[in-house]
Amino acid sequence: MIAQLTRNERHNALIILGVVGLAGAALGLAGRNDLLGYHGLLIVLFSAMVALPVIRALDAPEPTLDREDEYYDDPIRVGVILTMIWAVFGMFVGVWVAALLAWPELTFTDQAWASFGRLRPAHTTGVIFGFGGNALIATSFHVLQRTSRARLAGQVTPWFVLIGYNLFCLLAVTGYFLGITQSKEYAEPEWYADLWLVIVWVTYFVLYLRTLARRKEPHIYVANWYFLAFIVVVAILHIVNGLAVPISWGSAKSYTIYSGVQDAMTQWWYGHNAVAFFLTAGFLGMLYYYLPKRAERPIFSYRLSIISFWGITFMYMWAGSHHLHYTALPHWVQTLGMTFSVMLLVPSWASAGNALLTLNGAWHKVRDDATLRFMMIAAVFYGITTFEGSFLAIRAVNSLSHYTDWTIGHVHAGALGWVAMITFGSIYTFVPSLWGRERMYSNTLVEVHFWCALIGTLIYVFAMWNSGIIQGLMWRTYNDSGTLTYSFLESLVAMHPYYIARTLGGLLFFIGAVVGTYNIYMTIRGTTAPRAAAGDVPVGRPLAPGE
Amino acid sequence: MPEFHRKLERSSIGFVLAIVGVASIGGLVEIAPLFTIDETVETVEDMRVYTPLELAGRNIYVREGCYACHSQMIRTLRDEVERYGPYSLAVESQYDYPMLWGSKRTGPDLARVGGKYSDEWHVAHLINPRDVVPESNMPGYGWLARNQLRTDDLSHHLAAMQTLGVPYTDEMVANAPRDAFAQAFPDSAMADAMVERYGAATNVRAFAGDRNTLTEMDALVAYLQILGRLTDAAHEQASAEVE
Ligand code: HEC
Ligand code: HEM
Repeated sequence: MIAQLTRNERHNALIILGVVGLAGAALGLAGRNDLLGYHGLLIVLFSAMVALPVIRALDAPEPTLDREDEYYDDPIRVGVILTMIWAVFGMFVGVWVAALLAWPELTFTDQAWASFGRLRPAHTTGVIFGFGGNALIATSFHVLQRTSRARLAGQVTPWFVLIGYNLFCLLAVTGYFLGITQSKEYAEPEWYADLWLVIVWVTYFVLYLRTLARRKEPHIYVANWYFLAFIVVVAILHIVNGLAVPISWGSAKSYTIYSGVQDAMTQWWYGHNAVAFFLTAGFLGMLYYYLPKRAERPIFSYRLSIISFWGITFMYMWAGSHHLHYTALPHWVQTLGMTFSVMLLVPSWASAGNALLTLNGAWHKVRDDATLRFMMIAAVFYGITTFEGSFLAIRAVNSLSHYTDWTIGHVHAGALGWVAMITFGSIYTFVPSLWGRERMYSNTLVEVHFWCALIGTLIYVFAMWNSGIIQGLMWRTYNDSGTLTYSFLESLVAMHPYYIARTLGGLLFFIGAVVGTYNIYMTIRGTTAPRAAAGDVPVGRPLAPGE
Repeated sequence: MPEFHRKLERSSIGFVLAIVGVASIGGLVEIAPLFTIDETVETVEDMRVYTPLELAGRNIYVREGCYACHSQMIRTLRDEVERYGPYSLAVESQYDYPMLWGSKRTGPDLARVGGKYSDEWHVAHLINPRDVVPESNMPGYGWLARNQLRTDDLSHHLAAMQTLGVPYTDEMVANAPRDAFAQAFPDSAMADAMVERYGAATNVRAFAGDRNTLTEMDALVAYLQILGRLTDAAHEQASAEVE
């Protein structure tokens, strides 16, 4: 991998790592009497660990082949491996958290780090940013190069984006265990981690644009629209929602600049659009590339693609206030949020429909090929979840569902059924070619993974639908004398069997992910036949300006 | 439309600008007015700020992720008002940086839990909820009673909030560590000055029982006991609506 870099580039990488390490040391010193000190130390160690292989290979021979004749796949390979590591970690914590709700004593220790309130954000960050984020970075690099027929613009930059991003995830998750959090959902990391993410993200954005500028196709392919929207809008959301005043440069603690109702609106504008642009747009980018590719069919309708893309980009940004129905948020904002949420069904189903219609004529492949089936089921769950989302955004429905497990069921229909399934389908599609293999190590194991994932998701989602609706109804049931029938505790006790069922469903899903990781590992180790590297290279050199 | 779009697709910068433009509208229309329109937050006379001890307790609530299971937002629905008390007003979280309205009720809403139980109940409940409520699935927080509360940086905390517009006086900022201590030690010499700064209605007592040190438990219980009691506005509005 390092052999792909010239000596100069290796030096540059070391300089960057040195600067990051120094910044870590400075943080550590300033925060030596604070939790911040641990994170300073972590940054120093992290930089040193990444620097080690670079130093070792500093004098290795330089690349001899013309690199422009090949796609730059090393960062993607590492990205895929990181994706699977985070998947296993994040889902393991998910199962643990689920088990804690059924058996609260399962912490094994009386230590603070293992308590529910600290583990839960470790789960959400681990799966969304660790698993989802790495998958997005890896696939976006892959799709961008193939659809532009150009190599990534930069040798060290892609590494900076990938590794820098993982440093952010690491700071986030270790922070929760230590007790460092802003408590803003999906934006919990503190000010210094947030600042670091801004640097990484802007680099990502510039890399994307510079690579697009080298493309040999006049048009930007649909998948890239979504990846672009993902990168751009997440930057806006992150910066606006993350504005905060640190209490001192030597402290991990900061106060967000928003309070009360303004904070609630900003937070859910962020939170909902993190779902829209992180967990939807980016993954639609995957869908629009890998599904047609695997099915060997063109996208059903270009027109539908346009409608759904701009519909999603425009309307999602209005929808966040549906998280705040019947609260102290002004009524007109709630109504706007509800209206746009319902209208969102149109572009969402346009995408889901477009994907499913693309499969027309390839249904026999869906039957035989678990990889394609992963993506088909993902499109179905995308359709179900967006329908459910529009439904839950209606005030009257929301009055029942809000605060209950129904929301959790909805989230995981999307998270397991859509996000995770499309990711696994995409990864299985390109892992063999990425490592120069004919196919995955075992197609049977892909089948096993598929069924674990599907059954696990169904158990999880049905359990939460049941518990959520029961909970919501119990909270609002009146008896004949006009008083509330059930105490809160009675509703809690009624949840117990569903919490057990959910843990089992989640466990199954987790086992599937472990099987997938093993399968990918064995594919990389390479016991299957290597395949002839046919045609997966950029065509010709990029045009020089003015050419 | 496809023709126009075909052109747009040829320019990455144009495409990015279009995304930024299209995506910005919703947020601008919905969020910007909240900072300017007066009606967003009610003005009430008696709204008070958190004392340093309560603020420290609030930060422990944040650190431990209590918000993952507890909301602090009673909605304007009959059953919620009957179960938890008058619905929450915007002004009640005016000084909440960040707000802790929450999104999931694994446990009950806590917006009005202040004064509902004794300090002893809270301490016992937080150390092991199942000692008090056998069916509970809330975690135990034994370490709160063991950890000494960090007070040396409380002035920084208040100063940061002062920058953001919370009406802390310079005197409050300067005395924050002392005031935190004083609130849990009613007999100490500093208690009077603390009450003078924060008002006679402030709870001053040994929240986590009599001890020589100030623990995180003191702070968290002080915070829980003030929830819903920073202003009477919600109760006043509720009785006005009944009449
Ligand atoms: C895993 C979810 C969970 C977490 C995390 C959690 N709680 Fe609870 N909490 C509950 C449940 C369930 C109940 C109801 C049963 C009981 O009283 O123990 C409850 C009850 C309470 C009550 C009593 C409310 C009433 O009106 O009866 C208080 C006060 C409370 N919790 C405070 C806290 C604090 C403070 C934290 C953080 C340090 C916290 N909880 C963390 C689940 C949780
Ligand atoms: C092994 C599979 C998984 C299990 C067992 C699991 C379990 C859980 C549990 C128990 C919670 C807390 C629910 C509560 O507080 O009541 C949760 C929350 C959450 N999980 Fe998962 N999860 C899994 C996979 C995923 C994946 C893959 C994603 C996203 C890609 C995801 C995203 C989330 C989100 C966003 C929340 C917060 C929901 C909210 O606050 O409304 N989960 N999960």
